[in-house]
Amino acid sequence: MAASTASVPAGTTTSDAVAAPSTTRTPTGAGAGSAPVTDPGGIAPSGAPPTPGRGGSSRRRAGLVSLVVLPAAVFAVFVGIWYWVSDGVLNEQQRFMLPPPHEVVRIGFLDWTNFTSMMSALKLTCEVTFAGLAISMVLGVAVAIAMSQARWIEHSLYPWAVVVQTVPILALTPVLSFFFGFALTSRIIVSFFPIVSNTLFGLQSVDRSMHELFSLHHTNRWTRLWKLQLPAALPSMFNGFRNAAGLSVIGAIVGEFYFKQGDPGLGTNLSVFTSRLEGERLWATTLTASLLGVAVFVFFGWLARRVVGRWYQPDRG
Amino acid sequence: MTPTDTTTGTSTDTSTGAAASTGSDGPADPGTGTRAGTGGDASAGPGPSNGTHPSPGTAPTVGSGGESVGGVEPAGDGAARTAPALRFTGVSKRFRDGTVALVDTDLTVHPGEFVSIVGPSGCGKSTLLRLASGLDAVTDGTMDVASRNVGYVFQDATLLPWRTVRANVGLLAELEHLSRAERARRVAETISLVGLDGFERHLPHELSGGMRMRASLARSLVLDPSIFLFDEPFGALDEMTRERLNDELLRMFVLRRFAALFITHSVAEAVFLSTRVVVMSGRPGRVKADVPVPFGYPRAPELRYSPEFAALCGQVSAHLRSE
Repeated sequence: MAASTASVPAGTTTSDAVAAPSTTRTPTGAGAGSAPVTDPGGIAPSGAPPTPGRGGSSRRRAGLVSLVVLPAAVFAVFVGIWYWVSDGVLNEQQRFMLPPPHEVVRIGFLDWTNFTSMMSALKLTCEVTFAGLAISMVLGVAVAIAMSQARWIEHSLYPWAVVVQTVPILALTPVLSFFFGFALTSRIIVSFFPIVSNTLFGLQSVDRSMHELFSLHHTNRWTRLWKLQLPAALPSMFNGFRNAAGLSVIGAIVGEFYFKQGDPGLGTNLSVFTSRLEGERLWATTLTASLLGVAVFVFFGWLARRVVGRWYQPDRG
Repeated sequence: MTPTDTTTGTSTDTSTGAAASTGSDGPADPGTGTRAGTGGDASAGPGPSNGTHPSPGTAPTVGSGGESVGGVEPAGDGAARTAPALRFTGVSKRFRDGTVALVDTDLTVHPGEFVSIVGPSGCGKSTLLRLASGLDAVTDGTMDVASRNVGYVFQDATLLPWRTVRANVGLLAELEHLSRAERARRVAETISLVGLDGFERHLPHELSGGMRMRASLARSLVLDPSIFLFDEPFGALDEMTRERLNDELLRMFVLRRFAALFITHSVAEAVFLSTRVVVMSGRPGRVKADVPVPFGYPRAPELRYSPEFAALCGQVSAHLRSE
C-alpha cells in the first residue's frame, strides 16, 4: 500500500509540472495531481463528499443540464465501483484497504473527534501550502522579471530553474529542511518553476510592435515593465499561479507524508492512518486533500477572472 | 500626366485656414522649433540630387488648388520656402544578416505633404518608415528628420487590451510625461476628432477593427505630431471601412497639416490620399517613380470615381508593373 501510494504522487508531480508551462489546467489535472492516493481519489472531488445514499439516485436527476448530470453520472458509477470493490472483490480481511463509502463518511467525517483532528490537519497543511506558495510567487515573479530584463540573465538562470524542477524533491527535502526549515522547502521547489516559466513567457509574449511603440517614445525599462510587460503577462502569470498552487498542495502533503515533524498535517495523517490500517480515515483524508487541491485551483481560476477576465478572453486568442 | 487641370469639384480653398493653424497649438511640440532651425539651409532644399521630386511645394500652397498643380513639373520654388520635414539622401540599409533592403534611396517629404509609397512586398517600404522613426539606423547615406515629434501608426492597432479607449489614446501622452490636465484635455478632444465619442470606456476587444484603428490614430494625434508615418494602417480592413477611414484621415490631414509618409499596397488608396505617390522597385528597394497627384484638398469621396483619378491610378499601376 505504502509503496503504491508513494509512487503515484511522485509520478504525478513531475508529469504535471513538466506540462505546467503550457496550458495544462483542466480541473482533472489538479484533481489527479493533488490526490496523493491512486486514481479513484482523483475523480472523487468532482462530486464532493460521497453521500451515504445509493449511487443510483443521482441517475434520476436526468432533467438537469448535461453539465451537472454527466459528471454526476460518472460519480455514481464511480461510487458503484467503489461499493463493488469494497463488498465484492475484497474479503473481510482486506476490506480495510477500501472501506465502503458510507463508512468513510461516517467514521472519517461524521465522527466529531476525527473530524476536528482532520480540520486542524487541514489548517496546518493549508498554512504550509500558502506560505510556500506566497514565497514562491514572490521569488518566481522576481526571477522571471530579472530574466526578462537581459538575455544573459535568462540564459544563466533558466537551465537551473529547469533543474530545480526536475530534481526529485523527496531526496532533497531533508538537506534543504536542515537549512530552511522543513515545512516550506518542498512547496517552494515544487511551485517555483511553473511560476517562473509562465511569468517569463508572459513577459516575453508582448507583441514586437507594442515594444516598438514604447521604444519610439524612449520609454525606460521600468515604465515599459510596469505599463506594458507586467499587465500583458498577468494572464499567464495567473495560469502559473494556478498550476503552482495545485503543485504546492501536493508538495505539502508529500513533504508531510515522509517527514513527519511537529503538528500533524494531512500528509502526516495519511502516513499514520496507512500504518494503522485505518482505511476509513485514510480515505476521508485523501478526499479532503483532493478537495483542497480543487479548491485552490478553483480559487485561482476565479481570481484570474476577477483580475484579467474583463480584457482577456482565452478563446479569442 | 493626363490630369493636368483637374477641377474635380473638390479643390476648394477652404483648407487654407486650417493649414495656417497647423502646429501652432502644440505646447509639447518641439516640431515647429526644430523645423525653423533647419530652415537655415532651406535654399539647399529643392536641389538635393533628386530632380525627381518636383512638386513638394504644392501642399503648403493648397489654397490655389487645381491651378497651381497644373504647373507641377517645373514647380520647385514652393519648396524653397520650407525645409523638408523628412529627407533621405542616398540612404541604404543592409541588415545584419546581409539582406539589402534599400539601395541609394532619395526621398523628401515637405511639411504639409502627404507622400504615399507603393511597391511590391519586400521592397523596403517598411524599412523606410523604420529608419525615419529611428527604430532602425541607416547603413549608408543621410537622413534628416526635422522634428522629433513623429507619429507612427502600425499595421495593426497595437492597443493595449487592458486599457480602455480613453486610457489607450492617452498612452503616448503619458509616456511623454504630459501633465494630467493637459492629457485629459487632448484625449477628449482627439477622441471626438476621430469620432469615438461614447466609446471612451470600451475595451479594445469590444470595438470593431475600424474603431480600433481610429483609436490607434487618435493615440498618435494626441501628441500633434508634425510628421506622421503610416505603415499600411488600413490594410487589414474591409474596403468600405478603409475608404471611410481614408476620408477621415484626410479630414485630419487638412486640419492638422502634418507631413505624412504613408505605406500601402493599394494604388487607389495611395492616389486618393497623397500629394505624391512614390513607386518603389523590389529587392533591393529603390525609388522608381514619383508621381505627383494634382488634386487639391479637401478631397470628396466621389473623387475616387472620376476619370482623372482612374487615369492616375492607371499610371501608378503601370509604373508598378514595368519590371
